[in-house]
Amino acid sequence: MSQDAQRAAERVARESYGRLVAFLASGTRDVPAAEDALADAFAAALRVWAKDGPPANPEGWLVVAARRRLIDAARRRRVETEGDPALRLIVEELEALGEAPAPDRRLQLMFACAHPAIEESLRAPLMLQTILGLDAGAVASAFLVKPATMGQRLARAKARIRQAGVPFRLPSPELWPERIGPVLDAIYAAFAQGWLGASELRARDLAEEAIWLGRVLVEGAPSEPEAAGLLALMLYAHARRAARRDPAGRYVPLSEQDVGFWDHAAIDEAERRLGEAAALGRPGRFQIEAAIQSAHAARRHSGTTDWPAIAALYEGLLALTGSPVVAVNRAVALAQVHGPEAGLAALRALDGHAVLTDFQAYWAARADLEARAGVAGAGESYRRALGLETDPAARAFLNERLNALTREP
Amino acid sequence: MQYLLMIHGDESAMASARQADREGMMAAYGAYTHALKEAGVYVGGERLHPAASAAVVRIKDGRTSVVNGPYAESHEQLGGYYVIEAADLDAALVWASRCPGAAYGAIEVRPIWPVM
Repeated sequence: MSQDAQRAAERVARESYGRLVAFLASGTRDVPAAEDALADAFAAALRVWAKDGPPANPEGWLVVAARRRLIDAARRRRVETEGDPALRLIVEELEALGEAPAPDRRLQLMFACAHPAIEESLRAPLMLQTILGLDAGAVASAFLVKPATMGQRLARAKARIRQAGVPFRLPSPELWPERIGPVLDAIYAAFAQGWLGASELRARDLAEEAIWLGRVLVEGAPSEPEAAGLLALMLYAHARRAARRDPAGRYVPLSEQDVGFWDHAAIDEAERRLGEAAALGRPGRFQIEAAIQSAHAARRHSGTTDWPAIAALYEGLLALTGSPVVAVNRAVALAQVHGPEAGLAALRALDGHAVLTDFQAYWAARADLEARAGVAGAGESYRRALGLETDPAARAFLNERLNALTREP
Repeated sequence: MQYLLMIHGDESAMASARQADREGMMAAYGAYTHALKEAGVYVGGERLHPAASAAVVRIKDGRTSVVNGPYAESHEQLGGYYVIEAADLDAALVWASRCPGAAYGAIEVRPIWPVM
């Protein structure tokens, strides 16, 4: 099968894949068993489609095939583990379904993946694997971990879900506020990992997967404003992907991007999602971040950027999160409003912070502000930023700026 | 823990690169080395002459043989290395991804086995 056909098949299949993993695992909390049962159906789909071409209703085809295999597998397992009530329940539930689609429990699975019992760094990889069916190798590369190591860690996390009794249900209203945060963080971590990834192709893929997760979350939790805020934020950022490189492949900073290359349909959707979130009247971190992106996106109509508004939004975000990344962005916005010296003064608040030794964005921002303010140290800061950069296009951009600096008297 | 980062790359591409690209690459390596040192991660590292300058020595049946060229003939050759001090493999992989060579060839990351 051609790469395209396979990719198309996987795309159609993945909505069903996550739904079926979530459904089968919800009774037993046995994610690996659910995945094993599904792997067969998934492989069969790719085999049959390669021969006969994708069916008219690929999703329906996959759901039917997967369900048949699930029932077989569950029946076999029931014989082996006679008397397991959870398994019996699933078989009964599957048989009762008939031709109807399996109930969607992906949101419950998301909460299980982002449960406090699961190590924070594994929550996003676990979601990408169980809900989207990404293999350990792909997840490992995106998170810069050895595939064998990632495979072991994911296996341990899944064992923990079963052994520790991590629940497969939506948290109660009292627990909701503290449990939704880690779900949002994990999805955003997957997106950010994609966005910052060194390879443009890989980055785009993972960002799209994260947006997909965001859609599942919004669909399942329509009254959670931060879910819509997160989806809006990801859509804004992703809408600019084509403008991040010029035709020669060189890096283009946001302020210099040609708005003609932005994905306006994606921005329109982001605006709509953010509006829906705001209407719920409960602001939060992701809504503020999306509002900042909205302010940047407004340049497509107005031709200018409302930096005072962006600086004020970062101010609020910093008060909320205390994040050094936000502090850097706020300094950059302040520099646009009050000049580079004001930006540098704001960056000084981070002096002595332990993260600075390998915090690329800090050095890139500081270099730019020092160069614009004409103060000493810009060359050194550019070199620090260069040494920490992973993206060759961004590295070339920084190198150009550094050279321009040394050419001037 | 210490890790060896082996920088494998296509020597002919580097040799035929434009002067400006070569200078950009040298600057990127300089900045990378500097960043390793600033982060307290750098233990050592050197650039190597092209693989054609290599010689391979073996003793078989009591006889010494010396052969011109690298140990393994392949498209990508070892062009340099770093030794870094990192908390764990994940941290070492992050540093490897920042090495300019990662974008043009491949960085092999090997944990160093302390023997003393």
